[in-house]
Amino acid sequence: MADDHGARDVVSAGHSARSVAVPVSASTETQASPGLGVVAPDRFENPGIPPHQPRVTDLDPKKEKRAERTVYILFYLSLAGSVFAIGAYFGFPIEENNIASTRMNNLMLGLGMSLALLAIGVAAVHWGKALMPEEEMIDQRHPVTGSPATRARAVEIFDQANKESGFGRRSLLRNSLIGALVAFPLPAIVLFRDLYPGNQEDPVSALSRTMWKEGVRLTRDPSGTPIRASEVTLGSAFHVIPEGLEESEHYLEEKAKAAVLLMRLRPDELNEIEERKTWSYDGIVAYSKICTHVGCPVALYEQITHHLLCPCHQSQFDVTNHCEVIFGPAARPLPQLPIAVDDEGYLIAQSDFTEPVGPSFWERASVNDN
Amino acid sequence: MSNATKRKNRAGRRSPLATVALLAIGLLSTGGAYALISGGTAEAQSDINSQQMIDEGEKLFSANCASCHGLNLEGSESGPSLIGVGAASVDFQVGTGRMPLAQQGPQGEEKPEQFTDEQTKALAAYVASLGPGPGLPDARYLDGEGDAANGSELFRINCAMCHNVAGAGGALTEGKYAPAIDATPAHIYEAMVIGPQNMPVFNDANLSPEDKRDIITYLEFNRESPSPGGYVLGSLGPVAEGLFAWFFGLGAIVAITVWLTAKSN
Amino acid sequence: MSTTTEPKRTRASSYTAAASNYIDERTTISAVVKEFGRKIFPDHWSFMLGEVALYSFVVILVTGTFLTFFYDPSMAETHYEGSYVPLKGVEMSVAMASTLDISFDIRGGLLVRQIHHWAALLFIAAMGLHMLRVFFTGTFRKPRELNWVIGFVLFILGMGEGFTGYSLPDDLLSGNGLRIIEGLVMGIPVIGTWISFLLFGGEFPGTAIVGRLYTLHILLLPAVLVALLALHLVFVVVHKHTQFAGPGRTNENVLGVPILPTFAAKAGGFFFIVFGVIVVMATFFAINPIWVYGPYDPSPVSAGTQPDWYIGFADGALRLIPPGLEIEFLNRTWSFNILIPMVALGAIIVLPMIYPFIEHWITRDNREHHIADRPRNAPTRTGIGAAGVTFYGVLWAAASSDLIATHFDLAMEHVIHFLQAAAILGPVVAYLITKRVCLALMKKDREIALHGIESGRIVKLPGGEFIEVHEQLDDYDRWKLVSYNDYAPLMIRPNSRGKITAATRVRAGLSRWFFEDRIAPVTRREVELSHGEHHAAAAIEGEHQSAIGADSNRH
Repeated sequence: MADDHGARDVVSAGHSARSVAVPVSASTETQASPGLGVVAPDRFENPGIPPHQPRVTDLDPKKEKRAERTVYILFYLSLAGSVFAIGAYFGFPIEENNIASTRMNNLMLGLGMSLALLAIGVAAVHWGKALMPEEEMIDQRHPVTGSPATRARAVEIFDQANKESGFGRRSLLRNSLIGALVAFPLPAIVLFRDLYPGNQEDPVSALSRTMWKEGVRLTRDPSGTPIRASEVTLGSAFHVIPEGLEESEHYLEEKAKAAVLLMRLRPDELNEIEERKTWSYDGIVAYSKICTHVGCPVALYEQITHHLLCPCHQSQFDVTNHCEVIFGPAARPLPQLPIAVDDEGYLIAQSDFTEPVGPSFWERASVNDN
Repeated sequence: MSNATKRKNRAGRRSPLATVALLAIGLLSTGGAYALISGGTAEAQSDINSQQMIDEGEKLFSANCASCHGLNLEGSESGPSLIGVGAASVDFQVGTGRMPLAQQGPQGEEKPEQFTDEQTKALAAYVASLGPGPGLPDARYLDGEGDAANGSELFRINCAMCHNVAGAGGALTEGKYAPAIDATPAHIYEAMVIGPQNMPVFNDANLSPEDKRDIITYLEFNRESPSPGGYVLGSLGPVAEGLFAWFFGLGAIVAITVWLTAKSN
Repeated sequence: MSTTTEPKRTRASSYTAAASNYIDERTTISAVVKEFGRKIFPDHWSFMLGEVALYSFVVILVTGTFLTFFYDPSMAETHYEGSYVPLKGVEMSVAMASTLDISFDIRGGLLVRQIHHWAALLFIAAMGLHMLRVFFTGTFRKPRELNWVIGFVLFILGMGEGFTGYSLPDDLLSGNGLRIIEGLVMGIPVIGTWISFLLFGGEFPGTAIVGRLYTLHILLLPAVLVALLALHLVFVVVHKHTQFAGPGRTNENVLGVPILPTFAAKAGGFFFIVFGVIVVMATFFAINPIWVYGPYDPSPVSAGTQPDWYIGFADGALRLIPPGLEIEFLNRTWSFNILIPMVALGAIIVLPMIYPFIEHWITRDNREHHIADRPRNAPTRTGIGAAGVTFYGVLWAAASSDLIATHFDLAMEHVIHFLQAAAILGPVVAYLITKRVCLALMKKDREIALHGIESGRIVKLPGGEFIEVHEQLDDYDRWKLVSYNDYAPLMIRPNSRGKITAATRVRAGLSRWFFEDRIAPVTRREVELSHGEHHAAAAIEGEHQSAIGADSNRH
């Protein structure tokens, strides 16, 4: 078999390295400019392919036999793996409400398939490495560019097509065609406008309001039960949603804007600015949970340092100073929800947030003006 | 586990209003000061309230704790006052080895506990005797027989942002961290009630004892059931998975390519 | 296999012949076999990395198809009733519930899901490593520049496939990932708000995004990916594979094993090995346990919320921005804390993509290059590559700043501050060190090519002087050290109109940057000269050898 190799355009290299003329002169290199490349006149010449060294399996029939045996044993092993996998599919079924059975199914099926695949792979590679010829052979490269004749013919065809169609000559035809081609995809782009249907609320207005409004009770997430001020003890953190969120048509969208964190600090720990003194109740403050950076829930409250941390990008907010940013990529403090207590002692919102919650958006600055 | 499979839906799963109202009344009646300090309810503590336990605890306290927390629990520069922290707090801090501190650091770290269970209970009894505070949890909330589904949801909302959804722990600011949750049910319960160190307090009005039981049930479920997909790589999520894919997956495959392209001898 | 006809025909072989004949008469398959059957592929481990990516992709296609039979991309609310106890009765989207069913109630479903996800991580990792190999060996040069760009687009598409797939289960982790994408998109000036609303079909999260991502994930992106992948492979065939410098290997040939049979056996076997390794990972190691994350809800989040590794650099870029980079100007909000990372990510993607054209503009080297550079022989390029890898690596590390903090007992603030500095200084340092190391290695190569290897034998000269004998390299070994391409900086010369254009000055400056520190390959003359010096010692050893011994057969 090995003798057939060098028959065609591929030249067998190995055992007759010295008799094969390896072209080392730079025939094509001279055609293209080397640019800044330096071609030294007395550089080394390529010494040609070193003599081929046969493998043990080429020399020793016993070793060859052994390699052959290894390969077919592996193929049979693969077969066994496949059979095992099929057996495991039925033998280790998934039982309802039993995680252990799912694990067993995954493990046994996977073991069988792993064995089947790896054994085929190793066997085929071993076959290739040990038993198939590994003597290096030569393929000649040709310049990627077409031959001069081909290129000339291509130019000729284009010229002819141009003449026959009048594409270059009849400029009105050509230009109107280009115009039509440019315009025709435009309707397709317009079609995508209703990815957000046009009859819906304007984005800026939707982003500027939440479900909170005067008198809406603060309730626990997720049960929706209202919270008394007396229940919010020092050091507590309550995860809060507005009352009635459960009935909302857009539950997740509203929750994504209205989620609030409620904390109680000692009143003397809060450095409240004058106009927000009435927004808290006896040291109880409520801040939007939605990060002003890119919108992760900022819910890591440290009750001694009074820092809030966003777990996504590590923005930190100081609850004692109206949640100003003290670290991380966020640029704005978390919006504060003004709260009060109703007749029954439950916490309620005084109004909606006074600014849009969550990440910044282009038109946000204009919302603040309104 | 039969309880765990029961259905629930988000609204009106149960009506905790009655419980909350009762609790609120109870809390108010114990005095505003107490309510401001802690939200735990004082459980019946017959076993640890005996004078003998208290005396035993006092001895241990003066020998091991008083240098920082003061002979009368009044606290000092190196340790806070322990008046009103309750038995739960002592059991948690001492029982998980956090107290006594090995050294001052960003936070007290879990380590092998320094006292026997008996000694810990005695310390707790002594501290509790000097000021009312949250007591040791009732065993019926620690049985792990609650509603795991409710527990998993509450855990994600109230706990996962610091402790990670799998309870593997996470980073806090300035070198502090939320530890991985591998504590006993009692310690988990106590941690929720007392809010140790920077952890917020989850009083019984926020998470009812039943809610806490559900959370413990969920955590116990996680601990006891095998990971269906195999080894969890520390439950650290995509970072661990990515590193594993690079170093084990691609590493193994690159090693194979070297074998594959090496000359056979 | 053999092209000659066997004289003895068995029944089986005549059947094969008949079948071949039947097919050939209808397809001209013989021409394909003749053309490609004995094509030569060079052997080097690093040439297999692209195959790893290709095979992982095949695994992804196969397992992904299986998953589509069970997955339901709907965001309609449902109550989970499957086997996983801690989520029973919990409200979630149908997408999440069907993914849980695949994991817990379909036999082998979890295995296939895990194979799919591990294969995806490996696919992009293998592409990345493949691209690093191509970059550092300079095999993006003519005629392969366009194939480099195609490969780069494939890499971007791979990341797109990964991200869209990651988001499909609609779990808490991927939901927060989508939330971050929404925040990013909204930070884009002028069009951001609208793009976000169009993408999500309204406010976040809406009920459209999972279905839309699904269409992208299983239809649009794979179609483009497969088409470009095919084109990529066609170019590999057209250009023939590159090879490393070695005796007998020239720019006009390619040395290796033929496709049939040896390469086919190895590459075919390798497919099964890659598949097998992925299945081993899926068997023993859990990935993306969505049941732990739970369904998406905008209120909870998990500590350690990170994207899959290939998006990590983007997440890291977001984390490294210092506070307060947002202004209100012209009654509009300018979020530089979003825009700066976006520009950095754009640079990470665009600069490497156009690098072949930059280097070509500097060298104006119009020759075809089929010999892969050793990285040390292109010190500036290798330095640039190291700088890029460092920058990417720092951003990547930043995405796990919280885990670095907890696992190495550091404060996350210190980790971030260190990485902020490293993002700026790291690439510069990496560039300088790498370039110097490359130059030092080139000097060492030159030394060895000129004077040979220190043999360890000490010889006393007649004059009483002691010298160590250097063993000369044989021609084959020396060739590897002296055959690289050499470039010299551009001399500024006026053009035909006697002017020096600004572009010429820039080019000259860049070429100085690239090639000023230059170590030319050893020439024959230099070796001859150096041998003169050592002649005396060699004579004493009685081991005279010719300077350019093409017939040296000591080895």
